[in-house]
Amino acid sequence: MTLDSPILRSATRLLLPLTLMFSVFLLVRGHNEPGGGFVGGLVAAAAFALVLLVQGRDAARDLLRVDPLSLVAAGLFTALCSGLPPLLAGGAFMTGAWLKTPLPVVGKLGTPVLFDVGVYLVVLGIVMAILFALAEEER
Amino acid sequence: MLTSILLLFAASSLAPLAHRALGKRAGVCLAAVPALLFAHFVGQLGSVTAGRASAESWDWVAGLGIRLAFHLDGLSLLFALLVTGIGALVLVYGAGYLEGDPRLPRFSAAMLFFMAAMLGLVLADDAIALFVFWELTSVSSYLLIGFDHEQEKARKSALQALFVTGAGGLAMLAGLLLLGEAAGTLQLSALGAEAARIQGHSLHLPALLLILLGAFTKSAQFPFHFWLPGAMAAPSPVSAYLHSATMVKAGIYLLARLNPALGGTDAWHYLVILAGATTLVTGAVLAYGQTDLKRLLAFTTVSALGTLTLLVGISTEHSARAAMAFLLVHALYKAALFLGVGAIDHEAGTRDVRELGGLARAMPLTAFAVCASALSMAGLPPLFGYVAKEFFHEAKQEVPRAAAWVSTASFFGSALVAAAAGLVAWRPFFGRRRSQLSAHEAPPALWLGPVLLALLGVALGLFPGSLAVPLIQPAASAMRGEPTVVELAPWLGLSPALVQSLLMLAAGAVLYAVHDRALAALAPLRGLAKLGPDRGYQALMAGLVALARAQTRALQNGVLGVYLLVTIGSAVALAGYALFSRVALAAPAGGGVRLGEAAVALAMVVGAIAVIRARTTLIGVAALGVVGYGVAVIFLLFGGPDLALTQFAIETLSVLLFVLVLRRLPPMRQLSPPSEHLRDGFVAVAGGLFVTALVLAATATPHATPLRDWFAANSLAAANGRNVVNVILVDFRAFDTLGEITVLAVAALGVAALLRLRPEDRKESL
Repeated sequence: MTLDSPILRSATRLLLPLTLMFSVFLLVRGHNEPGGGFVGGLVAAAAFALVLLVQGRDAARDLLRVDPLSLVAAGLFTALCSGLPPLLAGGAFMTGAWLKTPLPVVGKLGTPVLFDVGVYLVVLGIVMAILFALAEEER
Repeated sequence: MLTSILLLFAASSLAPLAHRALGKRAGVCLAAVPALLFAHFVGQLGSVTAGRASAESWDWVAGLGIRLAFHLDGLSLLFALLVTGIGALVLVYGAGYLEGDPRLPRFSAAMLFFMAAMLGLVLADDAIALFVFWELTSVSSYLLIGFDHEQEKARKSALQALFVTGAGGLAMLAGLLLLGEAAGTLQLSALGAEAARIQGHSLHLPALLLILLGAFTKSAQFPFHFWLPGAMAAPSPVSAYLHSATMVKAGIYLLARLNPALGGTDAWHYLVILAGATTLVTGAVLAYGQTDLKRLLAFTTVSALGTLTLLVGISTEHSARAAMAFLLVHALYKAALFLGVGAIDHEAGTRDVRELGGLARAMPLTAFAVCASALSMAGLPPLFGYVAKEFFHEAKQEVPRAAAWVSTASFFGSALVAAAAGLVAWRPFFGRRRSQLSAHEAPPALWLGPVLLALLGVALGLFPGSLAVPLIQPAASAMRGEPTVVELAPWLGLSPALVQSLLMLAAGAVLYAVHDRALAALAPLRGLAKLGPDRGYQALMAGLVALARAQTRALQNGVLGVYLLVTIGSAVALAGYALFSRVALAAPAGGGVRLGEAAVALAMVVGAIAVIRARTTLIGVAALGVVGYGVAVIFLLFGGPDLALTQFAIETLSVLLFVLVLRRLPPMRQLSPPSEHLRDGFVAVAGGLFVTALVLAATATPHATPLRDWFAANSLAAANGRNVVNVILVDFRAFDTLGEITVLAVAALGVAALLRLRPEDRKESL
């Protein structure tokens, strides 16, 4: 099942990069403004879902490139690892550790940001895994 | 000591790689790890014999007073030597036994893992650490017993062993916690000093009962002995290791370890001696009735465990040295026997005594190892088994009550075991050679272990003073909690014990001679075996399955409406009861309703009504979307932009999910009668009212600690973020979030797996 129409097709071409950029924007600014890894992941999933609806599951799968469940695993791993650096410094697991100087564009970097990246990946992976599984029928 | 345990765990995880990289030499290379540890522990003998126990300790769960503590005294050292020494031999043997088998890496890995857990168990000085290693041995023995996992019998036996020992382990945990409560410490080596305090405490008896339950299940004491013969489904090297020096001895270790703290009371005497004596006789009788060599050895193991329990239960100076001597000799001869029988099975293709015979010429080395070990088991001089038997005869004179009964029972038990030893030693190797004409000596890997163990048994018997005393004396001292002198000479002279030994051997010889006739005469009684405790276990398991099936059918019958009814209904009933019985409800304080809020609320009500009245599912989904977006708008109006953003994204994606699901569903139809509509409506309204009441109660209750203010004040200062919601999620409460995304990931795996299980796919695969 695809909703293939020239209008949707061209709209997707424009919307996809915009939505993905927006999702990353939400992720990065989440620590200070509304946003964060969870909603960022959902928005990114919505972008891929649009491709899935318009061009079909295989196109969306090719675009995502990796297996969604690997994304979930990578996200969990990232989130888990983000708690480890403080252990080396003698702190408790998951104590936030921050770089002293803020970077341009991104702002201050620290382990909680890395944790949020993990959440982003997990959410994106989960939604895509379920969507792909549901859309499996058209083969 | 932690290093040695970690070394074994590391070897376990590297075992598959080692097998890939080193090929045939991998077994020997891996065995070098426990062999090195054995050498290390031998090096510790001097200081331990001199009475210096070494200890190391780390904070583990500081809040609960749990430490990762280890302690090496005589008892631990004796066990550590058996675990690593026999472990190394069994690894070499296993590499030969399973040569060319693709499952060999799995065997080595599981074996080393079990070894690490067992070593941890005997070195642990903290009750909780001991419990953790105890359960690790249960789990890894499950993998080992179920090694032939393609056979149903192996799987069932493994599960049975896991259930019985696992349940016992849980009881033991409760017992250890009670014991810690009574003693005021969880440190095992400090319990002995608190003996008076523990035995006078009101928790003493419950703690004792629960700990004994753990020890008796692990060490296969009657009536829990049934899992041990079942565990014979494992390959021979596994049986040799689990049932000689390790797994089943863990219970004995626990009893010996806690003897200074718990031993010597009336309850201890009654329970432990009764269990030990019963098991001794039961195991011996059942062993005598077997013709499969491996099962026969299994039941003699049960009998030996009974003997050890009995000796620990007597808890006098004589019994302590007898227990430690018997523990040592049993580990040596039983490991050799299991390995030897494995070699016979490997070469001759059968383990049935009725089919074996005359193999001595073909397999001289195996024959020597098995015969020497079996004679040690029977208690014949000059083997070390004889010394242990003498000690046993002395010790049982000191049974505090019913000495005559215990003495007679153990006499017959020992005679039966001696007869069984005769069967193992004589039948396969001597007499007429039967069908296995092609059998020849096993490869070196298969005879090395048994021969070494048998030689050790002979050497200990010949020079007990110089070889056995350094092992047994510190172990007996540790078990008694006070210095104990052990004197050993190969000949104890003409004593009542010697007379008993001779009588017992004579009785054993008679029993051996009439074995075939006795078995034939007792054949009608075989049906009785079905009435054993195994039957109780089966009934319990069947009942558990039936209960699970009934409650699944009632609560999770596949009809989604019922799920919702049960979930919402129980939430309303239980939480509602708690709410109304404790919190007084009050109308919300002040504040009118703004026009915008009223409009959104109205739109949501209209949406909800539209959901109910929808005639097609698509309209229903769209109307539900209206309600969801309404919630998002309310979040926005009340200053929750993060929540609103997430709610919008979720709503959009769920509509998409619905569309993908709906394509597969048939058109909506009305199937349920009006009465069910009424019931569902009632539950739905109750759910709505309950949530309203909950919100009112939550806002009306003044919060004792203004968490909100704390988060607002600390968000930027301590966590570098102005978005408090996000800072809570990824920093203050990041551990919760980690748990949540883990749950989400598992749920996604489940969904993906379930959706792939479609009926049409199942048909294709059939």
